[in-house]
Amino acid sequence: MKKILEAKGLLVLLFVLLLLLAACGSADESGGNDEVAGDNTEQEEENDAEETDSDSGEEESNDQSGEKLVIGFSQVGAESEWRTANTKSIQDAIKDAGHELKFSDAQQKQENQIKAIRSFITQKVDAIVFSPVVETGFETVLQEAKDADIPVFLADRSVDVEDDSLWVTFLGSDFVEEGRKAGNWLLEEMADEEGPVNIVELQGTVGSAPAIDRKEGFEEIIGQEDKFEITKSQTGDFTRAKGKEVMEAFLKSDGENIDVLYSHNDDMAIGAIQAIEEYGLKPSEDIKIIGVDAVKGAFEAMADGKMNVTIECNPLFGPQLVDLIEQHFAGEELDKRIAVEESMYTMDQAEELLPTREY
Amino acid sequence: MIKSMLKSSLFWPIIVLLLILMINLFFDSSFFSIEVRNGHLTGSLIDILNRGAPLMLISIGMTLVIATKGIDLSVGTVIAMSGAIGAMTIASTDGTGLGPLFMAIGLSLLICTLVGCWNGLLVSRLGVQPIVATLILMVAGRGVAQLITGGQITTVYYDPYSYIGGGYLLALPFSIFIVAFVFFVAVLLTRKTALGLFIEAVGSNPDASRLAGINSKNIMLMVYMFSGFCAGVGGLILSSNVMSADGNNAGLWFELDAILAVVIGGTSLMGGRFYLMGTVMGALIIQSLTTTIYSIGVPAEINLVVKAIVVLIVCLLQSPEFRRKVFGFGKVKRSGEQKEREGVTLS
Repeated sequence: MKKILEAKGLLVLLFVLLLLLAACGSADESGGNDEVAGDNTEQEEENDAEETDSDSGEEESNDQSGEKLVIGFSQVGAESEWRTANTKSIQDAIKDAGHELKFSDAQQKQENQIKAIRSFITQKVDAIVFSPVVETGFETVLQEAKDADIPVFLADRSVDVEDDSLWVTFLGSDFVEEGRKAGNWLLEEMADEEGPVNIVELQGTVGSAPAIDRKEGFEEIIGQEDKFEITKSQTGDFTRAKGKEVMEAFLKSDGENIDVLYSHNDDMAIGAIQAIEEYGLKPSEDIKIIGVDAVKGAFEAMADGKMNVTIECNPLFGPQLVDLIEQHFAGEELDKRIAVEESMYTMDQAEELLPTREY
Repeated sequence: MIKSMLKSSLFWPIIVLLLILMINLFFDSSFFSIEVRNGHLTGSLIDILNRGAPLMLISIGMTLVIATKGIDLSVGTVIAMSGAIGAMTIASTDGTGLGPLFMAIGLSLLICTLVGCWNGLLVSRLGVQPIVATLILMVAGRGVAQLITGGQITTVYYDPYSYIGGGYLLALPFSIFIVAFVFFVAVLLTRKTALGLFIEAVGSNPDASRLAGINSKNIMLMVYMFSGFCAGVGGLILSSNVMSADGNNAGLWFELDAILAVVIGGTSLMGGRFYLMGTVMGALIIQSLTTTIYSIGVPAEINLVVKAIVVLIVCLLQSPEFRRKVFGFGKVKRSGEQKEREGVTLS
């Protein structure tokens, strides 16, 4: 009996330890926020220093219209490399432009984001930047910001609110345009080809905005010529494993007739490349491969000659965002929808650019 | 002869599996052809076995857990953890020789078994309801996996790692051999020793079996450890197959597929009876269904509906009540026998 008690005591101890560990985890996170806050104060000092600098140097003061802004930034979370790069870009751009940054990570929760925006309003920041976790439910808090006369800038994701006076502008990737770019590249690449050109498509998660829009844009362009046909289209859920599995099934049922693979993101394309190699075909030669996102893995694949092209979905729009904020404060009228500047990378450029990719 | 076939718990799963394969043949005449490419056998059937390997493994572990009237919801996240540990172990070494490979396999299997042990302790020693006990890890495990990989998709640049999920032995995918090995070990242990009987006894009535001299707590602990181990192997196969670890998505909803496979195979969620071969059939049904959907070109938007309908049909065919009402055969005798069986199961 005593032994059992001991064993149970040990278990309870273990459990307590686990709870403690869990508590440590969250402490770490809040610690992370503290760090950011710490950074802010540091930043302030730096800014002061910079400002005295810029007093002497005219160029910089022109750049900022002499005004130092306090900008609150509420990010979705840190769910992917793309998002992390996005967060860093916006943070750096705000700091580099000499503004003060207040950062809050919503950790994928809407209530965190609403809280963060409310606290920005109480702190009387000059501008709020935020990437909404979800599309709906932000009316009240946006109205509060409007009443407090604080301009709101949407980054990367949009909100579904009727009254578009609640925000200044929405800066984000135009997924339809990305699909169009992919289509145009294919049109050029296959210009001399007789056809028919059989395309298989790996879609993103069903119902997600990038999946719907990238499909739409691509179909719009290739629909211009009859020789193109999408023979198979299936979702790969944006993941490598699914991309590989789906491509395998495509190859088994119709492998010899596939000319082109259009994948809604690079990860699925990377999975599919493995499937194509295992099937015994040469990716990029026997089957042309188009990806979207321009993540590092895609550059590695292109440098190895296994992928043809990737359409950039650029997370590094921090500087563009800061420009827009400054333009707004300079009194310029901005469009409600502004697309991020994005480009396209082909195989020939990959090797050269690979070392410079940040994400 | 036919009667005894009908009675076999494997009869309906096999019929459904054959049906799905036949549908494939209808759409694609080369479906059953197996050819040699690069010295490996390739073909849709091989693909189904290969892709279905992780699910079969995890379902085998799940079968034993369910046989004790438990359930293991944490297998999906254990898959993610196993892949993450494997990939990070290799990333932390210099990546030469075979040392890192065995270190990765050993470490992730050890930790996954320990994780299973944790589940087992909660259930057997603290008396936490299995669904709640394993739910804890189902939620927390994905966080742990992401913590290990730093929230990023970690790519492995170490060729030997690809052998687990993508290698070939005797012209067949290596993962098939892993499944076969685990399956035979499970069958031998449960059907050739008294262990299987103990598991069924614990599932029927833990108290009675304890009074009969079976150490029911340790039996429970063991099945959860086995389930964790199986999930660990499955996770390594999945991660090695794409040479990366994705804490966010690897093994997502696998626990539900595994439970489904077990149920399709004829094992009752009430515990007390289990059919390992049925489970393997169930897993193969799910995988061939997935492959079918991909290869015959079902629109992506209605994938899940198609899947649900087939699963519904399978479950209906599995139900003796339904069969009696619709087909009207094997009435009196079978129903009597069925009641008897249910009686044992429910007690």
